[in-house]
Amino acid sequence: MENKVTRQLYMVPYVLWIVLFVIAPILLVLYYSFFNIEGQLSLDNYQKFFTPVYLKMTLSSFWYAFLITAITLLVAYPTAYLLTKTKHKHLWLLLIIVPSWINLLLKAYAFLGIFGTFGAANQFLELIGIGTQQILFTDFSFIFVSVYIFIPFMILPIFNSLNQLNPTLLDAANDLGASKWMTFKRVIFPLTIDGVKSGCQVVFIPALSLFMLTRLIAGNRVITLGTAIEQHFLVTQDWGMGSTIAVFLIIFMFLIMFLTGTKKRGV
Amino acid sequence: MDRKITPVSKIFLVIIFFILYAPIFFLIFYSFNSGGNMNNFEGFTFDWYKELFQDTRLLIIVLNTLVVALLAALFSTIIGVMGALGIHAARRRQTKNTLLSINNVLIVSPDVIIGASFLVLFTMAGIKLGFYSVLLSHIAFCVPIVVLMVLPKLSEMSPTLLDAARDLGASRLDVITKVVLPYITPGIFAGFFMALTFSLDDFAVTFFVTGNGFSTLSVEIYSLARRGISLNINALSTLLFLFTLILVVIYYFINQRQQKPVLGGRK
Amino acid sequence: MRKLLNVFLLVSLASAILLLTISRMNAAQGLTSGNTLTIFNWGDYIDATLVKQFEDETGVKVIYETFDSNEAMMTKIEQGGTTYDIAVPSEYMIDKMRQENLLITLDHSKLPNLKNIDERFMDLPFDPDNKFSVPYFWGTVGIVYNSTMLDGIEIDSWNDLWNPKLKNEIFLIDGAREVIGMGLNSLGYSLNDINKEHLREAKEKLDSLTPNVKAIVGDEARTLLENREAAIGLVWSGVASEIMYENEELEYVVPKEGSNLWFDNMVIPKTAKNVEAAHQFINFILDAKIAAQNTEYVSYSTPNKEALKHMPEEMVNDQRFYPPAELTEKLEVYENLGKKNLAYYNELFLEFKMHRK
Repeated sequence: MENKVTRQLYMVPYVLWIVLFVIAPILLVLYYSFFNIEGQLSLDNYQKFFTPVYLKMTLSSFWYAFLITAITLLVAYPTAYLLTKTKHKHLWLLLIIVPSWINLLLKAYAFLGIFGTFGAANQFLELIGIGTQQILFTDFSFIFVSVYIFIPFMILPIFNSLNQLNPTLLDAANDLGASKWMTFKRVIFPLTIDGVKSGCQVVFIPALSLFMLTRLIAGNRVITLGTAIEQHFLVTQDWGMGSTIAVFLIIFMFLIMFLTGTKKRGV
Repeated sequence: MDRKITPVSKIFLVIIFFILYAPIFFLIFYSFNSGGNMNNFEGFTFDWYKELFQDTRLLIIVLNTLVVALLAALFSTIIGVMGALGIHAARRRQTKNTLLSINNVLIVSPDVIIGASFLVLFTMAGIKLGFYSVLLSHIAFCVPIVVLMVLPKLSEMSPTLLDAARDLGASRLDVITKVVLPYITPGIFAGFFMALTFSLDDFAVTFFVTGNGFSTLSVEIYSLARRGISLNINALSTLLFLFTLILVVIYYFINQRQQKPVLGGRK
Repeated sequence: MRKLLNVFLLVSLASAILLLTISRMNAAQGLTSGNTLTIFNWGDYIDATLVKQFEDETGVKVIYETFDSNEAMMTKIEQGGTTYDIAVPSEYMIDKMRQENLLITLDHSKLPNLKNIDERFMDLPFDPDNKFSVPYFWGTVGIVYNSTMLDGIEIDSWNDLWNPKLKNEIFLIDGAREVIGMGLNSLGYSLNDINKEHLREAKEKLDSLTPNVKAIVGDEARTLLENREAAIGLVWSGVASEIMYENEELEYVVPKEGSNLWFDNMVIPKTAKNVEAAHQFINFILDAKIAAQNTEYVSYSTPNKEALKHMPEEMVNDQRFYPPAELTEKLEVYENLGKKNLAYYNELFLEFKMHRK
């Protein structure tokens, strides 16, 4: 009995937060999604979502989000792993986070300069004999910069779970004659899967709705659901359609969370 | 675990750090450009730094940004940790997953929607737009990330540890403050830093909920971007960057001396 | 636990110190006194020294906030919670705000300098008799191009952009009405056309432009064009004049098929707290010398005919940016097409963006 009361007591701020800043906005968004552009109650927006334009957009958003998450994971996991082996590992970890404190827009502008036709990246390509390429406004630059931005968010949870790993387990695996790859596949990776999962969640889900970079770095050649929502809210002022897309994003998110949900692990 | 880092790994880490810091060095480099833009470096100057210190308005904005980030990170960490404890304590897996999904709604929702719906909420509640509305919304969108950072730590904690504590006669409060919190401290710090990052970087939400003369750095930068960013913003970023860097290093070594690591786990 | 508490205390202390400093600095700036004026304007759309001058002359403290789209501005004014005394929307938005009762009627007796404004820019359809708005700047939409990068290709019409030699050489503005409008104009239709077949046709024509389009960008177009990232840009005249000042290889042309003529006017929103100071400020900006200085900084075209006398001759005589009335009559002003048609424009624009090379 006492347990329950204390538990409910410390949950108060969090539940309050959920009600005020999650449930209320969701209801608001849901409410708006049932109004068409002329302010009439209707299902027009939902119908519109299932037209080829929006379906195509959804698919491409998922595709880019998938690519971004996969590449971020591929880069972040070895980085996190190597970081745990360095001498001042916590210092290095902090140094991974520090760049993300510099304003995103400023970094995007820096990338505009670096990737430009006369930028540093092309000068380098020129130097090694490949010659000037169009880097800006391509899929490559978009994915590169997105990965750049998400890397710290992926490294942090993975680092935490790698760091938690009991070294004796690895010694044991080693003693039992497991190869390095075997140790990784059978011991390290499964034990850090929770970190990987939360890393993927914090990358994949926001990647679905990236918007500023789609214009600055991809020159609007990549259109994500986030871009469309932004357009509807800020340009068309069609809050109904914007909300409808948002409703679908929220549904997708629930699905993703459900699929990657943590299973109970025995210890 | 084998403690050596192979040269290949070293090169990999160097490349990662180089990429992470490249745009920042780009910004720093051009902050000394007398040419006034980020394209061709004409000559060395400190003018932008001088100009920066005469701009009281900009300095106020910087301080506003910092104070909002610090307070938002602080409060969202407190609320988030409570929430994580609550979610972790949930008995049924379904309850857990539902709570977790609700938790993540704000991470997946595009900033524009969060901004617009918060704006509607605040005006409905009669809250004057300005410092408090910005702070409240920053706290709101930072909470879920803290929860995500803390939860993996909680699920790694072995239940036997708690049982042991309880068997030794610890009260529930004691269990939390003396056993649980110390154990999840790395996750709490990770959450705090992530919250700080989210808050410092946010533009879209702040834009909607700010008003009456209150502004943050990213909103200001966004509005300045129309003419191409002025180099005193570069100068500002340089100073902020160096400041955080020094702070991080000092913080780390003070902690090091006390033999207590900062982020990540304990060995 | 100790460590957590320590950090908690440290962060609280730091925040308290910061808050104290901020309030000190604000007080030093005089922002806490009652007599303030909040201006809501486009980013970088005024010479800041003029704001200072206004403060010194009147003792009114100015709070300056910026927005980056008419729609975002309107959302904030519509929702309330803020006290903007002056805003600077474009013509179609003034029409809309007027209809939705978001504006205060101007007291012309408090604006003696209104006489400085050229008759051409007064009493326009979006605001008859200038009951709610006063002209601030105006301009056109056109093509800016770098002749040194085009080896001899001449550009004076929209259709010139479809030249297959211009592969990957065009930057478009991220605006539905501007881009779809270009498609409509190139086909000889009106910018305000709401015939769905015409719009479809325009969109399909635009699709065939895709190989030439390098990117659809926002304000960063300035920097990109200035740096020769591409040879051609669809831009607003003010953007063009600004970058032409930086890079002399650039040229600006208003296409012969026609284009858009736009106005940004000053208004006093319903949310205003200091209507008196707002009038004072508008009158201040309408002053000939002040307007001249502002125009030289902002580099858009001023509607203030007296101001022209205080500006450099080459600026005033530049027909690219001060086209005579015969030319501007051929241009079209955006009409408020209503939400439904606007939504259709945007949908087509979205489809156009998704059309891959």
